[in-house]
Amino acid sequence: MMRLTNYLCLPVALLAALFAGACGSVDIDEEGMDEVDGTEAPTVVTRVDPATAATVTGKVYFEGDLPRARRLAMDAEPACAGLHTGPVYSEVVVPNDNKTLQHVFVYVKEGLEGMMFETPAAPAVLDQKGCIYLPHMLGVQVNQPVRILNSDPTTHNVHPTPRNNREWNESMAPGIPPKMKKFPREEVMIPVKCNVHPWMKSYIGVLSHPFFSVTGGDGSFEITGLPPGEYTLEIWHEYLKEGVTTQKVTLAASESKSVEFTLKQAS
Amino acid sequence: MALALAILIWAIVLASVVLFTGEFGWFPPQISAHGDAMDAQFNNTLVVVAIGFILAQVALGYYVWRYRDRAGGRVVYTHGNAKFEVATVLITAVTFVTLAIIGQRVWIDLHLEDMPEDAVQVEVTAQQFAWNFRYPGPDGQFGRTVPRLINDQLNPVGLDSGDPASKDDVVTLNRMAIPVNRDIRLTLRSKDVTHSFFVPAMRFKQDTTPGLAVPGHFKALKTGEYEIACAELCGLQHYKMKGFLMVMSDQEFEAWLKERAEF
Repeated sequence: MMRLTNYLCLPVALLAALFAGACGSVDIDEEGMDEVDGTEAPTVVTRVDPATAATVTGKVYFEGDLPRARRLAMDAEPACAGLHTGPVYSEVVVPNDNKTLQHVFVYVKEGLEGMMFETPAAPAVLDQKGCIYLPHMLGVQVNQPVRILNSDPTTHNVHPTPRNNREWNESMAPGIPPKMKKFPREEVMIPVKCNVHPWMKSYIGVLSHPFFSVTGGDGSFEITGLPPGEYTLEIWHEYLKEGVTTQKVTLAASESKSVEFTLKQAS
Repeated sequence: MALALAILIWAIVLASVVLFTGEFGWFPPQISAHGDAMDAQFNNTLVVVAIGFILAQVALGYYVWRYRDRAGGRVVYTHGNAKFEVATVLITAVTFVTLAIIGQRVWIDLHLEDMPEDAVQVEVTAQQFAWNFRYPGPDGQFGRTVPRLINDQLNPVGLDSGDPASKDDVVTLNRMAIPVNRDIRLTLRSKDVTHSFFVPAMRFKQDTTPGLAVPGHFKALKTGEYEIACAELCGLQHYKMKGFLMVMSDQEFEAWLKERAEF
């Protein structure tokens, strides 16, 4: 007769293999950062000569009607509502007075092939303050540290839902030390949500180069330090997907050019 | 030693009976029209279970003492009493089936009874980890919803703006207002996993299941603010899935609805 231990061997071995596999791809270093295998370090870092570096500036406009901004109902969470003196509105579509848009991610999509850029050691910062993410949209380089804070007197959970990077979901109690995270693969964009407060959303763009920007209160952006060349710029907005979303631009040494984009609601 | 153990068992039984029969306020406030029937069902079940519990524990204490270790005692092996076992199983089965049948009457009253025309409609949509409440607005009709239109900030339940009935729908987060002394017709849904819509003061608890529209109803008899909880472990932040039921006068309810429509 087969002993009970024989029956247990297979599931135990499977669990052990699964656990070993899961652990094999992640190393936690001393600072608590997740190092995920699979990204090769740059072999030759591209240095852009400041004397010839070019610049692209521009604005992102909108056309037609936009969805009405909604007030965020935080009154069931006094710890959130009490942190604001006035109403807080949705950040999905934020128009400016000059017919431009905030929270549009602008980046170089093509033209930098074969170049490697140094990963910044300084972390990008994502804060949770007043039960909203600050900033709403963020650009980082591959493997650049992201320092995540909870400045609120309530518990949040930070939950990125990427397609190319690893998904994680971690609670952050009030007063907890910042979390340091990295995203090892390019991805435009990674949605970040808080499951406890459904209105909280942020987006992180992860690129292998530093040539990106996010439009601000006047709808403008600026990408500096580009090597001379021919580039395709693309924009990304979380809600408005139609319109002029790509532009080709050729930059001579030290040249500065301006481009415009236009977004509208899907028909 | 055996007598001491038997006395300990009986003391635990006695303490349990005192705890359950004493007025220690362990029930939350009851503000629902059907709450008394629900509490009666709960108490009837408790009494029946308590009788079985007391009999079993008294017998346990007796046998611990009766068959204690004694010098010179002989071990007797028994196969039990088949007639006694069949009888106890049958009595237990009949008792619990009867309780279930009686309980079904309360459940049917809660879920299948027809509502009057002027019942207030509220659609409850659960998600990890929040409650969305939708009111049909002045036209009294819920608009069409489309899952791909869901946006947690702009459109939490995916209202289709192409449907005229959706124009005046009002959606709120974690706060459900209802008028006092009015029938409330509920439709319970879930966006993601199984949750359970639990309003202790209303004596109402019902699972919300993805893909299903589960009907229910209740009527509040007292104004005030009461807790809404999720009673089904639904994920890491399940304990944070908390809402509030606000029971108010008709005028206050209309004013609240109008204010929320402008959000």
